[in-house]
Formats: sequence, C-alpha cells, structure tokens
Amino acid sequence: MFARIVTRSLRVRPSSIITLRGYATKRFTKDHEWISVSDGIGTFGISDYAQKALGDVVFIELPAVGNTYAKKDNISAVESVKAASDIYAPVSGEVVAVNTELADEPSLINSSPEENAWIAKIKLSNPEELESLLDEAAYAKHIDE
Amino acid sequence: MLAALRTRTPTRALATAAGAAAHSRTALYDFHVAHGGKMVEFAGWDMPVQYAGLGVLASHEWTRKKASLFDVSHMLQTSWVGKDRIKFIESLVVADVEALPVASSTLSVFTNDAGGIIDDTVINKRTAESLYVVSNAGCAEKDLKHIRSRLADFQNKGGDVDVKVIDDMSLVALQGPKAVDIISDLAGSTNGLKDFKFMSGRELSLKGIPVYISRLGYTGEDGFEISVPHSEAVNLSNLILENSDAKLAGLAVRDSLRLEASLCLYGHDLDETVTPVEGGLTWTIGQRRRAEGGFPGSEKILSQIGKGAKVPRRRIGLIVEGAPAREHVEILNPADGSVIGAITSGCPSPVLKKNIAMGYVPSGFHKAGTALEVKVRGKVQKATVVKMPFVEHAYYRG
Repeated sequence: MFARIVTRSLRVRPSSIITLRGYATKRFTKDHEWISVSDGIGTFGISDYAQKALGDVVFIELPAVGNTYAKKDNISAVESVKAASDIYAPVSGEVVAVNTELADEPSLINSSPEENAWIAKIKLSNPEELESLLDEAAYAKHIDE
Repeated sequence: MLAALRTRTPTRALATAAGAAAHSRTALYDFHVAHGGKMVEFAGWDMPVQYAGLGVLASHEWTRKKASLFDVSHMLQTSWVGKDRIKFIESLVVADVEALPVASSTLSVFTNDAGGIIDDTVINKRTAESLYVVSNAGCAEKDLKHIRSRLADFQNKGGDVDVKVIDDMSLVALQGPKAVDIISDLAGSTNGLKDFKFMSGRELSLKGIPVYISRLGYTGEDGFEISVPHSEAVNLSNLILENSDAKLAGLAVRDSLRLEASLCLYGHDLDETVTPVEGGLTWTIGQRRRAEGGFPGSEKILSQIGKGAKVPRRRIGLIVEGAPAREHVEILNPADGSVIGAITSGCPSPVLKKNIAMGYVPSGFHKAGTALEVKVRGKVQKATVVKMPFVEHAYYRG
C-alpha cells in the first residue's frame, strides 16, 4: 500500500506541484520579492536580502484591497529614511488582503521580512506565472552573483 | 523592487582597478573599512554612508542623545591671508567679516552676479592675520575656480591677499550632547570648556595632538568640527571612540539630522538660482553690507530686503501626511490643485515620527499654518507649513 502511494506521487509532473491543493510554495522574483502560494492565494513580501539592503524601514505604502495588478506592476513602496523603493507585483491578480500591521509597525519588515511582514495577499489570475519565478535555491544563487 | 540593487564587488577593488579614475580617499578610508563602513562615492570621494551593525535610525538617535563622529575631510578648507584678505573676501560673500570678532565664525554665502548662491560656507576669523574658511565638497572645484579668478583680478590691482587650500589637514565632526565632555576630557580642560561658545574656534591639544577646533556643526546639536593633521586623524578618531558615548556615523544620518535642524543642503535647498533672501538666509547679510553692498548680485539681493521689497519665492518647512515627500515632489495649491512649487529636501523625521520637508513656494503661501498639498506617486497628500527648525537646536551659547 505504501509503495503504491510513493510510486503515484513520483509520477506527478513537477510543475503541477505548484498548484497542488494545500501545498504552499515559496518563490522569489529577481527584484527580491517573495511569494508563497496556497489554494490559489499568493502571500508576498520582500526578501531578507532586500530588507538588509534597504536598512531601517520607516514607511510602507500598502495596495488597496480589491485592486487588480498585472505581474510587475508597481504595487507598493517601502521607504527607509533615505529613499523609497518601489515594489512590483510578483504575479497578476486581485489584492484580497493587506497587512495593516505594517502601517503601525513598518520595522517589522526588517525584523521578519519573510514571515510576519507579508505585505498583501493576491488571488492569482494566472498561476503559470509562478513557474518563471525563482525557487529558493535559484534565488540564493541570484543574490550571490 | 530595488531594480538598482545589484550585488557589487567591494568599492576598494573597484577603486584600485580603475587606477587613475579612482575617487579621492580621506586619511580615514582604511579606518572606515576596518570599522565596517559601507563606502559610497560622494562628490568624488569614497565616504562611509553608514557602518555595519548600526542602522540609520539608531545612529540618528545616538547623535541626538550621545555623540557621533563623522569624517568630513572631503570638505574644502582654505586659509586666507594678507593685509587685504577681509576686503577680498567681502567682495565675494555677504558677511560683515570686518566686524567678526577674532576667533568667531559665521555662516555665509558666496554669491554670483545674478544674486544667486554659489555655495554656502563657514568663515572663521582664526587670528588677527588669517581667515579659515570651510565650504562644500561638492562645490570645491567651482568655489576654487571662482575664488582664483577674482583673486587674480584683485591681486593685479595691487591687493595683498592669498588663498591657500589646506591640504595637509583632515576634518572630523563630533556632534551630540556628549561631545563636549569627550573633547573636554581629551583637552584636559578644567572647566568643561565652559567658555568655548557656539560659532567660535581655537587651537587645542587633544592628548598631544594639535588641532584647530570649532564649536559648530551640521546636525543642530552641540558639537565640534576638528581640523587635524592627516597623520593624526586615525589616532584622534581612536581616542574619541575610546569613550563609550562616541560612535562612528556616516553620510546617511548626516542628512536626516541636518534636515530636522532645517539646515540647507547646497545643490538641493540652495543653488545658483536662489538668492539668500529667498533661501531664508537674509540674516547672513550684515547690516553694513546691506547699506554698502559690494558683493556679487548685491543689487538684486538688496532689492529683496526692506520696505516694499518683493520676494518672488521663499523656502518653507512642511509637515506632510501620508508617504514621505522627497526632493522634486510637487507642492500644490489646495484651492485649485495647481502646482505652485517643489520640495527640495524631505524625509521621515526619526525624532518627530512625522514626514518633514523643505521646499519653495511663492510669497503668500509661506506663512506658518498655511495648508498646502503635495503629490507623492500620483497621490495628493495634505501638508502644512511650519516654523523651522523642525527639531530645536541645542547650540551651546554659554
């Protein structure tokens, strides 16, 4: 019985693991956003590498719930004392939730960039877009270059 | 995001690889790198923008509560000597240098023939025979060209003056409430430097290191700028850092500090098109100079002072709601949404936890309390004109 289950899961095509129900996949963009998808909803934020480069975050402009964005649209801005950095939608879709905690506590982006400081949740309109994003290993390589 | 963010090879390697095209380095370059300084190019110099392990917010707060040490050796230091040095410098700046007491310093501006500002500068009457003048690193080439050309004319007419670049001295700034205790200790002072007032300078020996030290700075805090021989710059910095109240600070925090103190940054809040009056620096024009003129652009500038004077635009301070409003952001008239001016400097204030900005608007919109609007990333936000400075100065006046 167990052998059969193992064999079956091995036959699943790798690319469809991304859209497998209940399986949260973390992907990265070359512009240092991360996105974690589960049940067609992508939670995204900026990477640890990005928050280190930015320094102390003092302000974040959150997108509006209900707005739709295409992949790479300007969706948010994260500001340090010195500069504002644009954030781009890692995938296309509709914003269904935003992390209002960031409005009161922008420094969360520095302390927990890839967990508690998620910026918004997007309902993916085009899940295939995920396939062209970097997985953790590829992103680690990207920031090492 | 961070499209411009690229992992790059260390600045040091780049600089040596570039050879002749390398930037200038201060005597503290290796010291900065050894202390985790993130080196960036500024005005042709490799300078630390901040140091590892100390974020900008923490560094800013440290400066306002303790003391921060900055390398400002990239600034231009000059020495003006000769019988006619005061007459000469007064032909270039708006200050009443004649009336300046020995050992006193004053902020002033070099003006151009159209009445605009070439650079801002601090002039110190170092002795009865010489002037010590400091101006911006970013304007060094321009300032020297201007001074030298006027100097040649002046000397040709028989004027006795010479202006020399001081190129054997570094310059460091120690700023913050604890600065005086640190320097007093190094100077072996028995009175806590009680008699050393803001905007004055003197020669001191700091643990045997001879320096020319002025009680002034660019942060709004009490503090000093110390002109020290290159060969002793590292030694002095180490001595200062031995005190646990002192930490190194870089260029990034210099900007947030001076903006809270509403001090202008040349090239942003002041430029060749801005007169001292428009720039809120009328106070730098001495009374006798207002009566006599004798500096470039005096006709235009003096027409902006006094009864019935028309000043087309004025520098203002704003508190901005919403996202921080930074340089080039448009200022709007809330009545009709028309663009009436622009921000020249802006940032989130670490002390006030509000967005502060300086900019220019037409006279009439400049009074404290005036409600204006700014447009940040396409969004209109409320802004209010406030009296400056945003954070009170803590200068030691005795």
